[in-house]
Amino acid sequence: MSNSAKPSLVRRLAATAWSTQKSRENLSFLVLAVVLLAIFPIFLDVFRLNLIGKYLTYAFVAVGLVLCWGYGGILSLGQGVFFGLGGYCMAMFLKLEASDPASTSIQSTPGIPDFMDWNQITALPALWVPFRSFPLTLIAVVVVPGGLAYLLATAMFKRRVGGVYFAIITQAVAAILSILIIGRQGYTGGVNGITDLKTLLGWDIRSDGAKVILYYVNAVLLLGGVALGLSLLRSKLGRILVALRDKEQRVLFTGYDVATIKRAVFVLAAVYAAVGGAMFTLQVGFMSPSFVGIVPSIEMVIGAAIGGRSSLFGAIYGSLLMNFGKSYFSEAFPELWLFVIGAMFIGVVMLFPDGLAGIDLPRLFRSVKRLFSRSTKPTAGAGIGVPPEAASAPTGGVP
Amino acid sequence: MNNEFLLQIEELSVSFDGFKAVDDLTLYVSKEGVHAVIGPNGAGKTTLLDLITGRTRPTKGHVRFKGSEVTGLHEYQIVRKGIGRKFQTPSVYESLTVFENLEMAYPDKRSWVSAWRFRRTPEIVKRVEEIAELIYLGDRLHERAELLSHGQKQWLEIGALLIQDPELLLLDEPVAGMSVTDRAKTAELLSGLAKGRAVVVVEHDMDFVKKISDHVTVLHQGRLLAEGKMDVIQKNPKVVEVYLGH
Repeated sequence: MSNSAKPSLVRRLAATAWSTQKSRENLSFLVLAVVLLAIFPIFLDVFRLNLIGKYLTYAFVAVGLVLCWGYGGILSLGQGVFFGLGGYCMAMFLKLEASDPASTSIQSTPGIPDFMDWNQITALPALWVPFRSFPLTLIAVVVVPGGLAYLLATAMFKRRVGGVYFAIITQAVAAILSILIIGRQGYTGGVNGITDLKTLLGWDIRSDGAKVILYYVNAVLLLGGVALGLSLLRSKLGRILVALRDKEQRVLFTGYDVATIKRAVFVLAAVYAAVGGAMFTLQVGFMSPSFVGIVPSIEMVIGAAIGGRSSLFGAIYGSLLMNFGKSYFSEAFPELWLFVIGAMFIGVVMLFPDGLAGIDLPRLFRSVKRLFSRSTKPTAGAGIGVPPEAASAPTGGVP
Repeated sequence: MNNEFLLQIEELSVSFDGFKAVDDLTLYVSKEGVHAVIGPNGAGKTTLLDLITGRTRPTKGHVRFKGSEVTGLHEYQIVRKGIGRKFQTPSVYESLTVFENLEMAYPDKRSWVSAWRFRRTPEIVKRVEEIAELIYLGDRLHERAELLSHGQKQWLEIGALLIQDPELLLLDEPVAGMSVTDRAKTAELLSGLAKGRAVVVVEHDMDFVKKISDHVTVLHQGRLLAEGKMDVIQKNPKVVEVYLGH
């Protein structure tokens, strides 16, 4: 470091915080926590905060995808299945609560959800009975999607089905589940989904106060999920996932039970998606098959890819951006949205394979700075303080 | 001859759609020394390694390791019994460092739960450093494996096997594509390794085989053609005809 230059405290702190992978992650975590817990609630009204809360439920899926796809190399095009199952489990509980005999007294069978009554069902199906209990519902939110992921992964990974074939099968499952939900209208609410959800244990979830509280619950759960993901990626399990992506066969011949490890991370990703789905139902007030099928599942993958599939933080911002874009475009130019999302995906794949998180900011900053200093004062370039670690990046020295 | 040999392969056959890649092969590997398996292309050498390590299931026959059957076990179970295998193309984890590559192979904490809770201990660090020294990579521990040369990647993969201290090491063409000096270093490395364990080398390079092997098996069209010391094998007219004469 040059002796005459006295870098400001801020710059020195920034350089320290950026110096190692671990401290960078800690800083990113702090920034994310501040953004989610302070900046959004302070600057946004309840309506928009609720919208952000909805977008953030997709961030759960993205965090799961980073672990399972970005690190483990297991591409799932069926995360909507787990998101939807988590959401449906929660919606079934809320629907039963909203269908008490008093408020459904005009039905031919009072006390069951309205869509069942319309479909000539006269008693609550056995499938629905556990969802009278809130603790059982919370367990189901995790166990039903996790269990399905476990079965799928057992059937596939133990038979060495992987890569593209696995992706196609997850996509088929997404198609099957959405068709099943639409087809069995009397049990599931069909294409409309489960709507008119009102209260959670007597607490009105549609009030402004409830929306703010649910936003915070969602944000804290997400931060917890990110912390869990970070602990996984920093452990040897994280390195095993990278190794699986690089050379799966070598991992197998190093004595690791690859199928079981892949299953574990796939189930974990499913549980992330399911928690997101349950929080979606709570914040948006309904659940429908349009969040289960192929298109939403692929949008979830694209959101993660745009943000950066090997960065937990990138994937969260990517989901926010992608869903914000979706809301904006589908209101302003509905017919354009699919083209925009396609273009974004191609752009990410061709130009920034690591997504937004892969863009080397210090380097970009330096290039811009150099450009400016060159145009004004040709000799000023050398004296500018460059963080030492950024200067030593492998390709950083190319003029 | 039950436990005299480390690996007993008896009447082993496998066919793919009627094509017999390995045909009624019987082969014994002793507890110590370098055992080379040679043969022209398509002789079934790599298939033989696949059969031993559980990657391919045999149609018929037995593979016994230390007297117990290993056919039908999963690859990872066979590895845990003490059979390490190196692939033909270097397979190391490019995005991990040399240290992390070796640490990954350290034979402990191999379930996903224990891997999540894994903590680096001084013993592991010491062991990794020892192995890195042995494979000539002592000063490159913290470099990413993708920056290594071809030969160094091959050594790293051998090192990743060594850290597990296997009793049987199977190497598929370990010197293919290596420079002359790297070949010499690899030969030295292998003869060191063969003290106290068996090393089976599948190889094309005759000079290399002559330099390192104690025992040679020649395969041809999935069958055993000849067996013995290299200098005897080289004079065998059948071997000369199918292989060495080329």
